[in-house]
Amino acid sequence: MKTKTKFFGETEIDENQIISFMEGIPGFPEQKQYIILRDEDSDFIFLQSTEEQNLCFITLPPAAIVGDYSFDLSQETVKKLELKNPEDAMILSILNIPEDFKKMTANLRAPIVINIKNNKGIQELLSDENYNMKHQVFGRDA
Amino acid sequence: MLVLARKKDEAIVIGDDIEIIITEISEDKVKIGINAPKHLKIFRKELLDQVKEENLQSAGAKVDLEALTKALKR
Repeated sequence: MKTKTKFFGETEIDENQIISFMEGIPGFPEQKQYIILRDEDSDFIFLQSTEEQNLCFITLPPAAIVGDYSFDLSQETVKKLELKNPEDAMILSILNIPEDFKKMTANLRAPIVINIKNNKGIQELLSDENYNMKHQVFGRDA
Repeated sequence: MLVLARKKDEAIVIGDDIEIIITEISEDKVKIGINAPKHLKIFRKELLDQVKEENLQSAGAKVDLEALTKALKR
């Protein structure tokens, strides 16, 4: 099927690849279906709503931002996503990209977690206070 | 909303396995102890609001993807 996207115009997508966020994403409770888009020119991973063209989160895998990113997923979320193995989880950090992109921040405290086996997703708020919601992607001196 | 008055060291029980204890009271702050099953998520509400705010800001940002990609490649 075809869907209109924020950054890539009208794009052909595979319906089987649609990810369901049963609870939506905080701030956007009405939009529950997203698709992952990639751009060969960059490492960004785009979380595009299939219901709202203008809603697209630009993300990066947190491992690309900080070397040793790890956390314990809550039991509640494991259950909701029907997650059986940690390897089945795709983790993304939503980026906040201001006009001066060097001040780009990543939300490491509330990662997007997707079970790639059943395409169920959720935004998980971590209890780990070491991770910041506004982590400077290029470091403080950039 | 149910509102209950409690003194220091008094508690409230919710359901079978959640207990909330007032551990300290000062002029403009109370300290609360919570006993609850591990699977329940407990957060300060500001934190949940902040997640929402971050998402709104992220989705609302005007991003010139082409320029950004070019700049990062350099």
